[in-house]
Amino acid sequence: MSLVVQTVTRWLKGFIFLYGVYVILYGHLSPGGGFAGGVIVASTFILLTLSFGRERALGKLGKLMASELDSFGALLFLLIAVLGTAIGGTFFLNFIEKNWPTGNFHLFSAGIIPLCNIAIGIKVAASLFMIFIILAVIRVQEVRGKRKLITTEKRRKER
Amino acid sequence: MVELLVGVFLLFMIIGALIALETTDLLSAVISMGAVGAALSICFLLVGAPDIAITQMVVEVLSLVILIRATIRRDLTTIEGDRDFFGLMATLAMICGLLIFGFSAFLRLPPFGSPAMSQSFQAPARQYLNCGLKETGAANIVAAVILDYRGYDTLGEATVLFTSILGALAILRVYSRKKKQ
Repeated sequence: MSLVVQTVTRWLKGFIFLYGVYVILYGHLSPGGGFAGGVIVASTFILLTLSFGRERALGKLGKLMASELDSFGALLFLLIAVLGTAIGGTFFLNFIEKNWPTGNFHLFSAGIIPLCNIAIGIKVAASLFMIFIILAVIRVQEVRGKRKLITTEKRRKER
Repeated sequence: MVELLVGVFLLFMIIGALIALETTDLLSAVISMGAVGAALSICFLLVGAPDIAITQMVVEVLSLVILIRATIRRDLTTIEGDRDFFGLMATLAMICGLLIFGFSAFLRLPPFGSPAMSQSFQAPARQYLNCGLKETGAANIVAAVILDYRGYDTLGEATVLFTSILGALAILRVYSRKKKQ
């Protein structure tokens, strides 16, 4: 991509990432939540991929790391749900005291809801980045007069 | 006022969807779908659903980028070939059936602004609105519903997302297992 896009990306990527984290963390107080914030966090890495290429973005968040984060988020969400069964006897029970440690309308309130938001945010961010990576790998290219779906790794080898 | 604005945006969305269907250029089709999604997000904002509006906007931007980046290349941006007669007729019959169904369903809808779930006195929506803050401690009622009252739903959604990523990875991975051996 052009120099303008690269410079703007270099300045803005941190702010976009922080905004995504804010939307995830304050999901129980303001509009947003785990899903929307996770998509914003994923869009940071997609912006990096678009402006600096795949290698730079995969250097920040590798494919293996992304799949591990994806599974970790899903398992964390499930763990919170099962902990409700273990502690209170009901699946998805809000087992943390609602007003602990500060009252309503504060960041640390609402029991398990912020924790669930964080788990979903991690999961959505990692999985949407993975979708983009695996879809951007495949390209349509003319090979000996025929249109073919080939991957970028293969194309690099043929060069 | 809000209803008029929503109507204008609905008309805009219908026009955008028709352009996306009828144009032969794939890039224009994708961009008009993006316009439809943006108008839908503004509609959600107008009727008082900022959570859904944020999610819709963000997902729309992401899917537009993925569609443009991953499916459209310099070649292959136009659609070639004619539609066959049988397919066209089947589509028309389907649309007629859907129109009749939609119109008869539309006549039985509750009036705008008073959803069916809040009509009866013991409706769950009333319970959520009255006791949501006390029972869950979350100021955002949407978060209270999707993560506390309806946690199962969200778990199911997370499972759907996880399974779809698994399927996409299995289909689109670079090397198949047979080739490796």
